[in-house]
Amino acid sequence: MIGVGKAKQYANVLDKPLSRGRQEVSLSAFAFLFSELVQYNQTQVDNIAELERRLEDAGYAVGARVLELLCHREKGNRRETRLLGILSFVHSTVWKVLFGKVADSLEKGTEHEDEYMISEKELLVNRFISVPKDMGAFNCGAFVAGIVRGVLDNAGFPAVVTAHFVPMEGQQRPRTTILIKCFGGKLDWDNDASSVLV
Amino acid sequence: MPPAAPRTGDAVFANIERVNAELFTLTYGAIVRQLLTDLEDVEEVNKQLDQMGYNIGIRLIDEFLAKSNVSRCVDFKETAEVIAKVGFKMFLGVTASVTNWDADGTTCSLVLEDNPLVDFVELPDTCQGLYYCNILTGVIRGALETVSMKTEVSWVRDMLHGDDAYELQVKLLKQVPEEYPYKDDE
Repeated sequence: MIGVGKAKQYANVLDKPLSRGRQEVSLSAFAFLFSELVQYNQTQVDNIAELERRLEDAGYAVGARVLELLCHREKGNRRETRLLGILSFVHSTVWKVLFGKVADSLEKGTEHEDEYMISEKELLVNRFISVPKDMGAFNCGAFVAGIVRGVLDNAGFPAVVTAHFVPMEGQQRPRTTILIKCFGGKLDWDNDASSVLV
Repeated sequence: MPPAAPRTGDAVFANIERVNAELFTLTYGAIVRQLLTDLEDVEEVNKQLDQMGYNIGIRLIDEFLAKSNVSRCVDFKETAEVIAKVGFKMFLGVTASVTNWDADGTTCSLVLEDNPLVDFVELPDTCQGLYYCNILTGVIRGALETVSMKTEVSWVRDMLHGDDAYELQVKLLKQVPEEYPYKDDE
C-alpha cells in the first residue's frame, strides 16, 4: 500500500547526513568515560604491557573511524598517499578535530630514518592521570598512540606507535611523545624508488 | 540567601572546558566493542555498562553539585527536572524532557532530544538485545544514590531498536534517610 504509515526515516547509518562535527560535550564527561576505560582494562590484565596494548587497541578502533570520517569531511574524499602527507594530516587535522588544537610538534627521528615523533606538552588523556610508582612507565597516551596507528594503518602505512613520557626541564609534568616507527608503507613511493617498478 | 538554583545548565556548559563530541562518541564505541569482545554476551555487556555508569555517577555528582549551584531538591519532580535540564546539559550538552509521570509522582520518563553517544552507530543483528547507551542508566542511578535516592532506571524506547526517541524511565524506590551521627572522615 502506498502512503501508509511513516517509513523509518533513516534505515541505515550510512544514509544519514554526515554531521559537521561541531557538537561538544564537557571535558569531564570524557575524562570520566576514559577513566572507566582504563579501570575496566586494568581488571582484564596482569601486567602493564598488556594494559597498554589493550588501550592501544581501543584507540586503534577510534583511529580507523576518524580517518574515514575526516577524509570525507575535511579532505573532499581524498586520502593522503604520501608518508609526510599522512603524518602532517595526523599532526594537524586529526589533532585539531579530536583535541581542539594542532599537536605541539612533529619531528623526524635523528637516529633512525623511519622514525617520527609527535609531541604534546599536555596530552588530553594524561591530564587527570597520575601514574602510581609501582606502574612504572605506564602511559595512558597508549590510547592516543592507538588512534595514530589506526589512522596510519588504514591509510596504508603500517607502523608501530608507542607513547612515552619525556621529562622537560623547568616543567613539573613530563611531555608525552608519540613515537611512530614506520615499516615503509606500500604507497610510500617518494621514499622507496624500488616500488615504482612494480 | 543563597542564589536560586539554575533552571537550565546552559550557563554552566558555556563556562566549562569542553571536548569534541566525536572523540567522546568514538571512545564510547571502542569501550562497547571491547566489552562485546571480552564478555561475548549482550546481557553481560548491558550489566557491565551499567556498572561503569554507576562508578561514574557516584563521582560525577560531586562535580555536578560543585559547579551547578543546585542545592537540595524539594521533591522528586524537581530532581527529574534538574537532571533533564541541568545535568544532561552540563555534561553532554543536550537536554531531555520529563514526561509520563505516574499518579504518586515517583516514576517518570526522561526523553532525550539528542543523544551524543549514538552518532555513527548501528546495531548489527547479533546485538539486538544490547542497550547501547546503558551507561546512562548507571550514571543516573549512581548519582542519585549518592544524594540518598534509591532509584531504578531502565530503557523504554531506544532509536537503535527502531523506536522514535530515547526514553529512560526513572523510578524512585525510596529516599534513604540521612544517617546520624554523620560518619567522621578518617
